[in-house]
Amino acid sequence: MSQKIRVVIAKPGLDGHDRGAKVIARALRDAGMEVIYTGLRQTPDQIVGAALQEDADVIGLSILSGAHMHICPRVMELLKEKGLTDVLVVIGGIIPDVDIPKLQEIGIRGIFLPGSPMQQIIDFINANVRPRAQAI
Amino acid sequence: MDAPPQKPAAERPGPFTTISGRPINRLYTREDIAALEYGRDLADPGTFPYTRGIHPTGYRGRLWTMRQFAGFGTPEETNARYKTLLKAGGTGLSVAFDLPTLMGRDPDHELSLGEVGKCGVSVVSLADMERLFDGIGLSGITTSMTINSPAPMIFAMYLAVAEKQGASWKTLSGTIQNDILKEFIAQKEYIFPPRQSMRLITDIFAFCAKEVPKWNTISVSGYHIREAGSTSVQELAFTLRDGFEYVQYGIDAGLDVDAFAPQISYFFNSHSDFFEEIAKFRAARRLYAEVMREKFKAKNERSWKLRFHTQTAGVSLTAQQPYNNVVRTALQALAAVLGGTQSLHTNSLDEALALPTAEAATLALRTQQIIAHESGVTNVVDPLGGSYFVEKLTLDMEQEARTYFDIIDRMGGMVEAIEQGFPQKEIAEASYRFQQSVEKREKIIVGVNDFVQEDEEPIPILYIDDSTANRQLARLDDLRKTRDNDKARRALDALRDTARGTGNTMYPLMDCVRAYATVGEMCDALREVWGEYEEVPLI
Repeated sequence: MSQKIRVVIAKPGLDGHDRGAKVIARALRDAGMEVIYTGLRQTPDQIVGAALQEDADVIGLSILSGAHMHICPRVMELLKEKGLTDVLVVIGGIIPDVDIPKLQEIGIRGIFLPGSPMQQIIDFINANVRPRAQAI
Repeated sequence: MDAPPQKPAAERPGPFTTISGRPINRLYTREDIAALEYGRDLADPGTFPYTRGIHPTGYRGRLWTMRQFAGFGTPEETNARYKTLLKAGGTGLSVAFDLPTLMGRDPDHELSLGEVGKCGVSVVSLADMERLFDGIGLSGITTSMTINSPAPMIFAMYLAVAEKQGASWKTLSGTIQNDILKEFIAQKEYIFPPRQSMRLITDIFAFCAKEVPKWNTISVSGYHIREAGSTSVQELAFTLRDGFEYVQYGIDAGLDVDAFAPQISYFFNSHSDFFEEIAKFRAARRLYAEVMREKFKAKNERSWKLRFHTQTAGVSLTAQQPYNNVVRTALQALAAVLGGTQSLHTNSLDEALALPTAEAATLALRTQQIIAHESGVTNVVDPLGGSYFVEKLTLDMEQEARTYFDIIDRMGGMVEAIEQGFPQKEIAEASYRFQQSVEKREKIIVGVNDFVQEDEEPIPILYIDDSTANRQLARLDDLRKTRDNDKARRALDALRDTARGTGNTMYPLMDCVRAYATVGEMCDALREVWGEYEEVPLI
């Protein structure tokens, strides 16, 4: 029996453009993952809290507003504080090239820009998620 | 009808559908539009039901307003961009506010972290509005402001700047978006619950009918509905049905329909499917005129005429091979012009990556100027009128929109439909269907799922650093030290009192603004009285 990969999809910040978050949430669910969508306007604390409570293997952040360089470091710090360092964190949204290495440096492993195929995101999660979720 | 059977074998595999998934026949003939009656359904431009346009002279009389949406960073930076756009031949201003302003939060609120000045200009108090329009006479321009939940506060600031410039409110012309229904449906920049939000809107209708008669009090917007993933027909239907909801609420608030309906304007998306978009604009005019006259019994011709702004589809822009976006935008802009838009924003090539650079924004404006002055399409009104295909599409979309109107009417209205999540679910379904068709490569997006190019050179983009946030935070601090805080507090108390009662909120808001109360303080005062809306997240 393989256990389902548990994914928290979150929209931090003040932005309400949730098309991408919802489409990817549905695609991951259709790909067999357990998806928890937090809804809009979540603070980093709320997102990490949700990941802890839901025993998430993956956090997917959707940020289009340009606030990623403030929000992502805070999420990563809080994950470290809570000991959730093996949670795979991926981000989708409008991310300027210059920020990509900075995000990778703080431990965001998957960065997906507009136009990324859903299958690519699904494959990335399957290949990079912590082992415990894959098969027990 | 005896048309010979079509031979699919002679065609490419297809499917031959629009971007909204509508099947398209190989050929349209007079049979397809046999039911159409010229005088009743089309009529000459400037004549009810205005399918062919609201002006008899089309663009021969006056070109559309080239209105480029812009705003970023501090008010001073945006002020400089406006002066550049006006100098380059732009004919109207359009203000983009940052997310804290749009959500009624001051820069020092927890959720404003990283958002100040990023997606638009940061406007905290009247002092910022004064900086934004410094050296720009408000009586000589038209200004569109994309602001919804805090529309009354921002509009009050604009009026206060006009006061200080000595410009009479009676001469001011422009638009506030002020369309909360589409926020609940699509863009999600709501603050207060639906019914209180509707009250703010009818307060503005009543205030403007008396005090600022030339102002467009609302821009009922399909743009965001489409960007959220709706089909073309859903955009048409939900937008017009939103408009009818505002009209009904205005009538229910005791206003005469002809006293406020002429100041209602619309805002549509122009997406990539060329003919479907043109048909959408034409169907919108016909539907609106008929419903305004027949259902709402409007008698003033101006209440029947659907006037609209158009923006090309941001969602169609790709981060890959960004120069392709210039071509996409040009085609979308041409569809808007052939559909008879009154004003137009063309997106910049770099907007899938960041806010536009000045160069990219200028190229986007030039795209409109080339359509206006080189293509020749402005010589004639409604050049596609009578096309079998376009007229058939127009008819079909009109009927499909009416089907949606019936469903929403049966739910009790748009507010009720939103409360039940109906338009939200319809849009989520459509956007997922579209994404799947892209994944399966039934729909090709050049540079994304075909004709892909590896190792692209990055293009220059506008990067907004944290200096704006720091500057706006310092200014907020300073404002709270230097203004007459008693005066601000008294004005905010008066606003709360009015919110608890039934008076028009615009009058106490003017006093709050004149006392330099911040957007966050004014919205908080109303949050205290009315509470905040929270949606049930659906996927």
